[in-house]
Amino acid sequence: MSLFSLRDALRIPAAEVTDEAVYRDRRRLLAALAAAPALSLAGCSEAQPPPPSRITLTPEQAKSGFKTDETLTRFEDCTTYNNFYEFGSGKADPSNAAKTLRTRPWHVMVGGECAKPGTLSLDDLLKGFTPEERIYRLRCVEGWSMVIPWLGVPLGPVLKRFEPTSKAKYVAFVTLGDPAQMPGLRVPILDWPYREGLRIDEAMHPLAFLATGLYGKPLPQQNGAPLRLLVPWKYGFKGIKSIVRIEFVEQMPETAWHASQPDEYGFFSNVNPAVDHPRWSQKTERRISGTASKLFAERIPTRPFNGYAPQVASLYAGMDLRKWF
Amino acid sequence: MVLKVAVAKGVLHLLAATPALWLGWQVWIVAQTGSNALGADPVAEIEHFLGLWALRLLMVTLAITPLRQLTGQNVLVRFRRMLGLWTFAYATIHFSAYLVLDLRGYWSTIFTEIAKRPYITVGFTAWLLLLPLALTSTSGWIKRLGRNWARLHKLVYAIGVLAVLHFWWLVKSDIREPALYAAILTVLLGWRAWKAWNARRSARGALSPTARRTAGAR
Repeated sequence: MSLFSLRDALRIPAAEVTDEAVYRDRRRLLAALAAAPALSLAGCSEAQPPPPSRITLTPEQAKSGFKTDETLTRFEDCTTYNNFYEFGSGKADPSNAAKTLRTRPWHVMVGGECAKPGTLSLDDLLKGFTPEERIYRLRCVEGWSMVIPWLGVPLGPVLKRFEPTSKAKYVAFVTLGDPAQMPGLRVPILDWPYREGLRIDEAMHPLAFLATGLYGKPLPQQNGAPLRLLVPWKYGFKGIKSIVRIEFVEQMPETAWHASQPDEYGFFSNVNPAVDHPRWSQKTERRISGTASKLFAERIPTRPFNGYAPQVASLYAGMDLRKWF
Repeated sequence: MVLKVAVAKGVLHLLAATPALWLGWQVWIVAQTGSNALGADPVAEIEHFLGLWALRLLMVTLAITPLRQLTGQNVLVRFRRMLGLWTFAYATIHFSAYLVLDLRGYWSTIFTEIAKRPYITVGFTAWLLLLPLALTSTSGWIKRLGRNWARLHKLVYAIGVLAVLHFWWLVKSDIREPALYAAILTVLLGWRAWKAWNARRSARGALSPTARRTAGAR
């Protein structure tokens, strides 16, 4: 349905993409309301978002998002400053407490709307894939960001092995939920186990990534070992850690943060400086990187889709990003 | 006695200064060695540390009156002003850290931040209300304001509530720590409310039936 080509997205400023999207979505919504008055009575908040547009990304365009030459976040910083509430809500808690997480043996159960469901060991899940390095920006919803060199494999090809059917409109992910290994589960600050989700086209996007390592080393427990998701154009909490289940589903799946505070955390959670968190601004971020600026870390403007608009903006053509935040 | 109080005050000053001195020491270490002694995000750590100590000192200041009433140690009231001023000092460095270290080049956004972000609105208001209390803390102002001094300094109750709200609203989902301070504040303010209610009731009870009738007929 999209008339919005990637070429256009690359040429015009990203900020205008949103405006265009808002405009288009308004028209789409009005048309939908006129065509289906019964639906409008059901309430817009429960409505499903518009169908995804086709990805028209060449391998070269995708690749331009795989690396960045921005200053890296130090290894000791990206492994001691983590949000992994299963091990406590303090930033240093996971690096102190996550040693109890057993990452071997590890199995991932893949099921739902697919032809070849199954429970696979991590080795079998990743068999045949060559680990790649990706240097991604990570923008936390709290207003800080890092630049981290990851190791892993693209998500799409891994998912395709399970042959998702035409009913697989979304992919749901679940984190391990074992109180014996995760002391934080005793505290009901989220509805455990942690859940996340992507629309199928987002999951198949070349930037969506399954990480198994960082800085050339196996993934430390506090960073989501042995297998975590990275969706660099979305807020960090979308990058679900220590994945044990992947399910292809037809309806938009519930996610942990949305369930906890639906008005603050949406399903999409694309990085967007134009849509503030209800309690704080998302226009800028504090970049945790390098050594020279340790005490006086720089505050930099946050970019739409965390700077990945050229690669991903077309996924959301025709979508009101204020409504689908 | 005078000497004892002076010594106690000296010790208290030292205790109250310790967190700030420790923080200064850590900042110096990080600046010199580039270590992550203050974590990956020192700006956030500095802000939270100073804010937390401002809140703790505020709670200690608010605990003086109940403690004095419970123990009958009237000498305690002589430490109240210095604790209040230390609260103000930490709150001021906390606010300065936000302005200088956190906002950095984005100072122009301070007004929209204060107006639009409820947790900053209440935090800033709490600091603003501390100002007149700090300014009128001298003996001269106490004399000059007379009865109004006590009335003015009742603002500290509002400051307590705003400070706890400031903490509560900036937390993402684990509200245990702000809830702890809310509980402490409830006890400290609840004690005063209970005392005031009791005092009013006994004052009413002390009035003779005739006096009450006269008061009612007025």
